[in-house]
Amino acid sequence: MEEDFRKGEGRPQLLDLIPNERDWMVKDVGGGGKCFGVSEEKKLELRLGLPGGEDWPAVKEKREEHSIQSALSLGHYSKVSKTICTNPSPVGAKRGFLDTVESKTEVFQQQQPGFLQLQAKGKELSQKTNGRAEQQSLEKKACGSPAAHGSAAAPCGDGAGANNSSQTRTAPTPVVGWPPIRSFRRNLASISKPSLESQNGGPETAVKFENGRKGLFVKINMDGIPIGRKVDLKAYDSYEKLSLAVGELFQGLLAAQRDPLTAGTQKNAEQKQAITGLLDGSGEYTLVYEDDEGDRMLVGDVPWDMFVSTAKRLRVLKSSELSASSLGAVSRKRTAT
Amino acid sequence: MTYFPEEVVEHIFDFLSSHRDHNAVSTVCKAWYRVERLSRRSVFVGNCYAVRPERVVARFPGVRSLSVKGKPHFADFNLVPDDWGGFALPWIEAFARGSPGLEELRLKRMVVSDECLELLARFFPNFKVLVLISCEGFSTDGLAAIATHCRVLRELDLQENEVEDRGPRWLSCFPDSCTSLVSLNFACLKGEVNAGALERLVARCPNIRTLRLNCAVSVDSLSKILACAPHLVDLGTGSFTIDHPAEAYHRLINNFTKYKSLKSLSGFWDASPRCLPAVYPICGNLTGLNLSYAPAIQGADLIKLIRLCLKLQRLWVLDCIGDKGLAVVASTCKELQELRVFPSDVCGAGTAAVTEEGLVAISSGCPKLNSLLYFCHQMTNAALVTVAKNCPYFTRFRLCILDPGKPDPVTNQPLDEGFGAIVQSCKDLRRLSLSGLLTDQVFLYIGMYAERLEMLSIAFAGDSDKGMVYVLNGCKNLRKLEIRDSPFGDAALLEDVGKYETMRSLWMSSCYVTLKGCKTLAAKMPRLNVEVINERDESNEMEENPSDLRIVEKMYVYRTVAGPRNDAPDFVWML
Repeated sequence: MEEDFRKGEGRPQLLDLIPNERDWMVKDVGGGGKCFGVSEEKKLELRLGLPGGEDWPAVKEKREEHSIQSALSLGHYSKVSKTICTNPSPVGAKRGFLDTVESKTEVFQQQQPGFLQLQAKGKELSQKTNGRAEQQSLEKKACGSPAAHGSAAAPCGDGAGANNSSQTRTAPTPVVGWPPIRSFRRNLASISKPSLESQNGGPETAVKFENGRKGLFVKINMDGIPIGRKVDLKAYDSYEKLSLAVGELFQGLLAAQRDPLTAGTQKNAEQKQAITGLLDGSGEYTLVYEDDEGDRMLVGDVPWDMFVSTAKRLRVLKSSELSASSLGAVSRKRTAT
Repeated sequence: MTYFPEEVVEHIFDFLSSHRDHNAVSTVCKAWYRVERLSRRSVFVGNCYAVRPERVVARFPGVRSLSVKGKPHFADFNLVPDDWGGFALPWIEAFARGSPGLEELRLKRMVVSDECLELLARFFPNFKVLVLISCEGFSTDGLAAIATHCRVLRELDLQENEVEDRGPRWLSCFPDSCTSLVSLNFACLKGEVNAGALERLVARCPNIRTLRLNCAVSVDSLSKILACAPHLVDLGTGSFTIDHPAEAYHRLINNFTKYKSLKSLSGFWDASPRCLPAVYPICGNLTGLNLSYAPAIQGADLIKLIRLCLKLQRLWVLDCIGDKGLAVVASTCKELQELRVFPSDVCGAGTAAVTEEGLVAISSGCPKLNSLLYFCHQMTNAALVTVAKNCPYFTRFRLCILDPGKPDPVTNQPLDEGFGAIVQSCKDLRRLSLSGLLTDQVFLYIGMYAERLEMLSIAFAGDSDKGMVYVLNGCKNLRKLEIRDSPFGDAALLEDVGKYETMRSLWMSSCYVTLKGCKTLAAKMPRLNVEVINERDESNEMEENPSDLRIVEKMYVYRTVAGPRNDAPDFVWML
């Protein structure tokens, strides 16, 4: 994750990811609690006030204040973060406050451009050394953006997601086991999207009823987008479906980077350019993966089942950047087939 | 009463229907205990680790029907690691040895292997009813064994299990002599089935009343099946898409028009709105309708269907029904008792599908509503207060606001008052699930008013230990308490340790409970099993920092007379 933040350095587009207004303000909500969205870094350290209008982790901050074991509560948050992350870096039980704040910020950041299909399960906690400044500025932005001026109701920094001001596309926080629905329903929800879109006229796309087992989540990053996602390989049974899903996943992110103000609304879905040709090299982007031996491979080369069992992470590269050296093994394979 | 001959006492006990009544009479005196245990035909074990199977067999030699539950409820949401436990094999083995007259077995959230199913098939000659709910560990080969050997099988009911597909052979294993099936539900199977074998099976079972097919059964097959099962009461369709020849579809419509007895409809896998008119003829008789697997049916199509269902008592839908659709339900389905609205778009935000308005509409139109499961994007206190006034008969009220900790969007207040109104008004409330922004206040209300409450689910709620203590002190009938991501710690846990012996179980995850607290509890209460569940990725940490002050990630406490279990995996510490 760190590398992604480094990539983000010096790229103003990073901040453009936030679709909505930039000038969120400190909103005095409810009983005087201030929300996260304050520009000074120091304010992050504030224990926030009363509940009512505060985003979820902020509320937890408040509870932390009242908790008897405040020292331990920090350890608790590292645990909370851990449940969010499927692949946590090994951190000690007790972390600094800012560290825990940052771990939550990652949660915020992730929601920013919400992703429809895939239940991204969470991100790795980054070791906060370098990317801190970017992280925190991102975090502030993240907090501020969903605040709707119009609907006075929406709490500032409603980081936990889906809100009434329909402009933003913030996704609900990918917390383990939340919302409390069974896996097969979760998969039904995520798979139903593409079939709905093909409803209008024409034959149905057969929706495969997936009875979700433990998912197999691998990280996926796209060139030019600092925030990675996770995809559940077990949710698909073919390269075509995976490619479609990946295309949809990053479509929104790309569009958000290009034109942040309009990226949020669903109405723009049709206007976004579909990301196609991920598998055959024909598109602007190509999908590659890293297998368990550390080799970078083209997605599609091996039988699907073998791919699922050996893929460790995915990348969406600009086709023009596919260098002979990085895909050495692959180009050999391609000529062989 | 003790002067009555035992036969008379036994005869009187036969009239007792509930397990609780049976349990109660057995504690009156030794004579009654003796009579009761010999006459007991049905046993319910709410926690498979609360008692050893051998003991159940020894005490109740005449048992014909056994129900056992395994994993804690939060296992449904992936909060319990897979190998935690809940094995069915010891139970089946014990009964095979000691009580092979068993006729009915119902298991929920247990690990059932093919070996278990083979044992059932071979060692229980009178075996009639198998119901597996949310179980895992078996394959269609196990089902084949059941089909092959259970000569008098009446019910095979598989609900939401994870079954490994080893081909369609199992259905063909029902011998030609099998004509006793009354209920067959294989909706959760993912694989293909042999359509011909299915049709023949249904044709030769004249008593079949419940049939729930999986998504592999085509519309064509469904038509044929319906033609030979005219007395079905409960039907789960197979695949319901338009990818089928038109004649099959028309045949289906014709068959449905003849159906007078059908009361419950479910399935609708990948259902397309264009197929819906096929079921219009029977909607007027339906008391139960489950459309929660049909995300493509929305808006106007859904409303058109609902308008026909005047007698509906139980409705399961996706939230794409919208507030508008719920208003139609409210004006049409005056007999509605149970409503479940599931989220259709878990990941994205999109437009809020259902809100508090839909719920309020339902509550004002359907006063008989007593069971609710409602996933929504927002809820207000005002709405909850209104709902509480309109529907005082709730026994189950589960509200899930998709954002953890989200307040009332109109007032920015926590939802304490709203839930408080619910528990105050609904005196018979037995099950409650909370969500949204909640402080300790809501727990004060729950402790004060929710006298009949038996099961409480808490997530991302409360401010301090006081919250949990209010509940433990107040809810006299509490049996199951499950808490996640809430700031309750050792002080709350240890406030009233005796309470846990009056409850079936307590689950706490991502709270503030420490190892020390758990150890203290375990030491004080020998008849509780205190389990600390450590996920693998924390095992490094355990060695680095094994101090008792470590916060425990997951803890499961339950009363038991069986002592610590011996099948716990490495990552479960029995304290």
